Amino acid sequence: MKRIIVCVKPVPDPKHWHKVSMDPVTMTLKRAGIPSIINPLDKHALEAALSVRDIRGGEVVLLSMAPPFATSNLKEGLAMGADRAVLLSDPAFAGSDTLATSLILAAGCQWIGDFDLVFLGNFSIDGSTAQVCSQLAEFLHLPNVMHVIDMKWQENDKIIIIQKIEQGYVKLEATLPVVLSVRKELNKPRYVPFTGILAAESKEIKVLSNEDLGVDSSSIGLEGSPTKMAGLELRRFERAKERLAGSIEEIVAKLADKIYQCNIS
Amino acid sequence: MSSNGCKGIWVFAEQRGGELHGVSLELLGKANELAQGIGCAVTAVLLGHNITSHAKTLVNHGADIVLVADDPLLKHYRVLPYSYVIEYLIKEYQPEVLLMGATAMGVELAPRVAAKLKTGLSAHCIDLKLDREGKLLQVVPGWEGGVIATIACPAHRPQMATVMPGIMRALSPTEKTGQIIEVKVSLTDKNLGPEVLEVKTEKPAGRPLEQAEIVVAGGWGVGNEEGWKTIEQLADVLGGSVGATRPAVDEGWVEEGQMIGQSGKTVRPTLYIAVGISGVMHHVVGMDQSKEIISINTDANADIFEVSDVIVVEDFKKVVPKLIKEIEARQKVCK
Repeated sequence: MKRIIVCVKPVPDPKHWHKVSMDPVTMTLKRAGIPSIINPLDKHALEAALSVRDIRGGEVVLLSMAPPFATSNLKEGLAMGADRAVLLSDPAFAGSDTLATSLILAAGCQWIGDFDLVFLGNFSIDGSTAQVCSQLAEFLHLPNVMHVIDMKWQENDKIIIIQKIEQGYVKLEATLPVVLSVRKELNKPRYVPFTGILAAESKEIKVLSNEDLGVDSSSIGLEGSPTKMAGLELRRFERAKERLAGSIEEIVAKLADKIYQCNIS
Repeated sequence: MSSNGCKGIWVFAEQRGGELHGVSLELLGKANELAQGIGCAVTAVLLGHNITSHAKTLVNHGADIVLVADDPLLKHYRVLPYSYVIEYLIKEYQPEVLLMGATAMGVELAPRVAAKLKTGLSAHCIDLKLDREGKLLQVVPGWEGGVIATIACPAHRPQMATVMPGIMRALSPTEKTGQIIEVKVSLTDKNLGPEVLEVKTEKPAGRPLEQAEIVVAGGWGVGNEEGWKTIEQLADVLGGSVGATRPAVDEGWVEEGQMIGQSGKTVRPTLYIAVGISGVMHHVVGMDQSKEIISINTDANADIFEVSDVIVVEDFKKVVPKLIKEIEARQKVCK
């Protein structure tokens, strides 16, 4: 195994999501003051990479496209055991949709070079599009498999992959290089050892701008993204909220009435 | 053959193992509604091997045209050959819109197709509208449903979206005539990616959760397996399906396939009964389109009540067993 790239996305910590507000003029979310964490599924992707390294050797490189604050998230990944990290950070990247993001990440993968595997989490908890795996693979001209819940190495360097689908699974045989996105069933991310935290301090986090990557500037950022935000609202719900009162028997009778009023055949 | 008829709204007709996925018919229903607004044709795109018989089903559910690519290499879905074929067809016919189900297959295939065409794609849409200029407004939940965004793709074609199964309504099938076009695509010189060794699917008993008219869902507040049996009994007596929140699945009371919410299924039944569910946003986003929502919870301040039509602040253990008896009694009277 030469090299394994793990794509890592810093996401706002869900514990603080109630603090999110919206700027009504720019239609953007104000997330100031909300700490970021590594997207939970990306830890499963990193665990997958570390387990491959454990048995087949090679180097595990973290790759992230994010503002400079993401170095703290990358440090956590390095503490978990990744060898080094590359952070793609440029104001020109801001506002990129999944297509533009995948283009930038593909350039990052090519900059790192000489890799056999790219791992991602199946989706991120903030955007939840689950689009980057396939789009990154397309831009790298590599095959990809999503929804990975198991993988086993064959003697001939092929991998048997189990892909979760509705009510079942697909068993695939893949050759390297390949791009894989993983579900949480695949593994249990290892705890960060104390020695890992110390070791992370001396591991490299290389920060690259688009000057280093040279992605066509008309294809990235808010301007270069084909999808545009046409509206954004914090979710509100309006329902009758009729509270049933009385004794249990009375409530039960009213409930049964309500159910029958739904006119379900 | 003129390709003009194919320029309109396309639906990817998903099949696996020769079985059409219900979402494809739902999307045809939505596509018909959108097409009426701008007066264009609805085309279904069907890929596979020995699947031509489905073309008629697609026509009867609202496809004016069905493009069929039948090839042994397309027998099992694989992202590379499927995306090659769809890319080829799109370049040939230049549709305005392409819709796919947000299924295991759709979420892998659609982004790959969009990347090949360098066009925009929105994910897991819960609603779609066309404005007067033919711009597709794609309504998507974000941040586990706490935010609703409307996405457009003004300058690139086709406008692509994946749509959650269970949200759109399929048309009732009627005998219709449509144009069925067989297309030939050469795949022999292409890298087709990983080989499919086996496809294993199990048919769930009864109606899929997404298609149930009544869903009885339980959460953490159900407490234990015994409590869960009560939920199942209520669903049973009402002829409905059982839904669950993440904590109930994590407790092992119920299969993950029954989970409703952002990372589970989206349901839109006529009646949704939420029992012992607190109502966190990532659950609510999967059920708030239900027609009538009844919630039972001991906590008068539970968030689920904010999205409920009918509220019962009580211990479900006192209410639900009696409700089951009451429904049974009324059913006897009706017979």
